[in-house]
Amino acid sequence: MITGALRQTGRLFALAAEVSRAVFRRPFQFREFLEQFWFIAGVTILPAALVSIPFGAVIALQVGSLTQQLGAQSFTGGASVLAVVQQASPLIVALLIAGAGGSAICADLGSRTIREELDAMEVMGVSPVQRLVVPRVLATMAVAVLLNGLVSVVGTLGGFFFNVILQGGTPGAYLSSFSALAQLSDLYISELKALVFGFIAGIVAAYRGLNPRGGPKGVGDAVNQSVVITFLLLFFVNMVMTAVYLQIVPPKGG
Amino acid sequence: MGIEVVVEGLTKSFGKQSIWRDVTLTLPAGEVSVMLGPSGTGKTVFLKSLIGLIKPEEGRVLINGVDMVNSPQGDIYETRKLFGLMFQDGALFGSMSLFDNIAFPLREHTRKKESEIRRIVMERIEIVGLLGAEGKLPGEISGGMRKRAGLARALVLDPQIVLCDEPDSGLDPVRTAYLSQLLIDLNAQIDATMLIVTHNLDIAATVPDNMGMLFRRELVTFGPREVLLTSEEPVVAQFLDGRREGPIGMSEEKDAATLAAEAGVPGGTGPRRIVPQLEPSPGLPPRLAVARRRDRVMGMLDRLPPAAQAAIRDTYAYSAQAPTLRMPAAGSGT
Repeated sequence: MITGALRQTGRLFALAAEVSRAVFRRPFQFREFLEQFWFIAGVTILPAALVSIPFGAVIALQVGSLTQQLGAQSFTGGASVLAVVQQASPLIVALLIAGAGGSAICADLGSRTIREELDAMEVMGVSPVQRLVVPRVLATMAVAVLLNGLVSVVGTLGGFFFNVILQGGTPGAYLSSFSALAQLSDLYISELKALVFGFIAGIVAAYRGLNPRGGPKGVGDAVNQSVVITFLLLFFVNMVMTAVYLQIVPPKGG
Repeated sequence: MGIEVVVEGLTKSFGKQSIWRDVTLTLPAGEVSVMLGPSGTGKTVFLKSLIGLIKPEEGRVLINGVDMVNSPQGDIYETRKLFGLMFQDGALFGSMSLFDNIAFPLREHTRKKESEIRRIVMERIEIVGLLGAEGKLPGEISGGMRKRAGLARALVLDPQIVLCDEPDSGLDPVRTAYLSQLLIDLNAQIDATMLIVTHNLDIAATVPDNMGMLFRRELVTFGPREVLLTSEEPVVAQFLDGRREGPIGMSEEKDAATLAAEAGVPGGTGPRRIVPQLEPSPGLPPRLAVARRRDRVMGMLDRLPPAAQAAIRDTYAYSAQAPTLRMPAAGSGT
């Protein structure tokens, strides 16, 4: 049981290492990358925007209510924007990339594996990792980074709107608290998180897709597992990255 | 000329289930070989081991000095370009048209211009008789057509070694006969080493220069076709006659009691007649493998069983050029 889990983990890391190496091997599959990028972006942009508006609003409302009780309304803007940019945005991106993009990648690779298409590719001397997995992982990473920007903006706007309209906050205070608390490195860590989450989502989806267990049912199970495993890993990695960030980057307000 | 494939002491098991043990054989360069065996004896696993898709626990598969089992991955990928493998159900890429499927190896491994690729692919499509279907997706055509498309894709890089996994399964007898002829014609044209895995007796009787059989986790025998076709080994005899009486049961093998009960039943139908091997279609060059095989087989004649020796002498009695037996003239009744 434990050795089984360790073996799976080891093979997952081996795939990650193999993909990292294969990224630099020519020829780069640009066409495949573009197609995958387009596809993943297509299935994630709209839901991401739609999720981020209420998410930004919820955070703004909650933070607004708390700051009101504490008598620090003027800091609502800075606090809720930091929460959105640093935590909510990368996680929303990760969930959508894993749920919409990763599951499609996993299902696609899985059904190709059970139809022996990947074996056929190997037999023709073409590495499926280089030909199929690398473009997909790079596509999830690129989409994650760009989508993170979109979600941050939309989430911040949503928060701003709800704070100003519903809670009677002043737009000026909202914006000025922003520059009091937030700094550029908050944006960098947000994008870095999105990049790492995109990588993890792509690798896990590819790993489960390349190793489905027997038949069409196995592919379904693999898709299911890939999403669950990605979520677990993402939340854990997010915790580690947040902890490290808070330790090494001094907060601006302090 | 094709490349010799040397298999030494190959052993494979999945978990506790042993597939086969200590398989040792040599596929002679440029000749056509057939591996027979009842369903579920690991024929496909053997084929995939040759090309390095499945890693046996022990043994070596040597091709041009590269061991397909233990060599570094880079060497294995490079050596695979010498291979053409025809999968059981074609293993075509479902999202690509037949044309793109067959063009795939060319686009990946060569820098040919699109017009050049088009010419080569259409040529292969014509050989396997799929003209007119090149724009279809694999899901839109019959199983037999998928198989032939898979063969065309396997041939597109002019392979030195061609492996066919059950080329007959799912084909009617007429199409199987055409496919047998196609395989022989191919061998005449490209002189590649070929291994066909099958349990089709017609292919086994008419196509190969050499035959082997896998049963009970072992290689029963491998050698010139006459050796297997004249063999008195119960397993081989039962298989070639397609009888129920013998060591092969419905599931893998029979137990002792059933075998004993059968002992009284007369099996066998007398000595088998060896049917002549197919010759290339008129207009094609003669198979270069024929002369090489003749020298090789005559050289090892003394070490073969007497029945096989007689059959081989018979074979070459008519003419030194004959592949094995002379084709009967039309209407001669033999």
